[in-house]
Amino acid sequence: MTSPKYLTPGSVEEALSLLSQYGEKAKFVSGGTDLLMQLKREEAVPECLISLGEIRKLDFIKYDEVNGLRIGALTTIVNVANSSLIKSKFGILGQAAGMLGTPAIRNQATLGGNLCNAAPSADTAPPLLVLGAKAKTQGLEGEKLVPLEDFFVGPGRTILGPDHLLIEIQIPILSPHSGGAYLKHKRRQGADLAVVGVAALAVMEGEVLKDAKIALGAVAPTPLRAKKAEAILRGKKVHQTLLEKCGQAASDEAKPIDDIRGSADYRRELVAVLVKRAMTQAIQQAEG
Amino acid sequence: MPEIILKINGGNYEVKAATTATLAEVLREELGLTGTKMMCNEGECGACTVLINGKPMLSCMTLAIDAQGKDILTIEGLADPVTGQLHPIQKAFVEHSGMQCGVCTPGMILTAKAFLDENPDPTEDDVRHALSGNLCRCGNYRRITECVLDAAEKMRMGEKDEK
Repeated sequence: MTSPKYLTPGSVEEALSLLSQYGEKAKFVSGGTDLLMQLKREEAVPECLISLGEIRKLDFIKYDEVNGLRIGALTTIVNVANSSLIKSKFGILGQAAGMLGTPAIRNQATLGGNLCNAAPSADTAPPLLVLGAKAKTQGLEGEKLVPLEDFFVGPGRTILGPDHLLIEIQIPILSPHSGGAYLKHKRRQGADLAVVGVAALAVMEGEVLKDAKIALGAVAPTPLRAKKAEAILRGKKVHQTLLEKCGQAASDEAKPIDDIRGSADYRRELVAVLVKRAMTQAIQQAEG
Repeated sequence: MPEIILKINGGNYEVKAATTATLAEVLREELGLTGTKMMCNEGECGACTVLINGKPMLSCMTLAIDAQGKDILTIEGLADPVTGQLHPIQKAFVEHSGMQCGVCTPGMILTAKAFLDENPDPTEDDVRHALSGNLCRCGNYRRITECVLDAAEKMRMGEKDEK
């Protein structure tokens, strides 16, 4: 393989101007754990590699009571998993980050990299979807803020196009009496990609489930919200039969494929079970 | 091919490498530091683990050029450079037969080192979690865990002696 150019911009603006120069012939290096696999398989033979490691100002976790949580795109997964701020306010995100890859992978991989690689199984996506996260992107002509739901286009594809960078993830403040859970089914206890990932968020008002959000990973071309399943629970006093209906609805919304990690049928079954289980845990946490 | 400078085990190494070359390839093939093992070469097994700025990272998943300016510790740099004394974790692996075929050993020991630096008094479960990204195809996990727990105890005692 020829040796691509290697560039290290020190700012987002500099990175964007390099991007406008090289367009799709450039590849960004963030943590590199996904990119290196593509380079090794020669799926990506870029003309230049743009390493983002020098853009230190995209490595941050900030919270305030008005705007909620903001996480820089270059924050490592280990820092998301270990942040006491995230643990206490948005536990479900820390939980999912702690399940991504191995400890060494978590030291290298970044939140922005996990999202921009846009794998249907990306562990950080389902919790961010139920938390109502937004993606802040920057291009030469300015910034955009899009719901994370609209960020994913297909496997490995996002709305970013050849002229935008993901710079930040924003999560609004949670309502009181909220609870959440992320369940990841793997083939073994150690590191593995999700066969199915399910995130559930519950907001209680007395005995009524005021709001419910469910997101699924690894069962469609993109991580997705199971909105029909959510609607079954919203505004209801939840009982076992309703939860089963909800799980079934989510299973119907999933569009899984057969692959090395599991068959489509198996995945549909898992979605029904895991949605019920995750929502039960979310409600318990919201009530506690 | 660009010339890059890597800071490995306290020394600076100048080496010519493709921008797509991994740190594992450069360590082994250009610098002869073959203590770092390459097994799966796709981030699954942890055999190629080195410490970068004190944290375990996979040298097969790191571009060598991206590791410039950072402190890299490989298994060759773990023993005391002056006395040649092995690190307590290395000693424990020798004493309690922590290795069988030995291919996972450098990655196991370096992962354990970074872990014990931050968690001097771990439970068995903590150790298993910390090492969960390092595969041992001989299946020697029980003894490896014992080695790390034993080393942790000796390191705690050593620190007390110094105080």
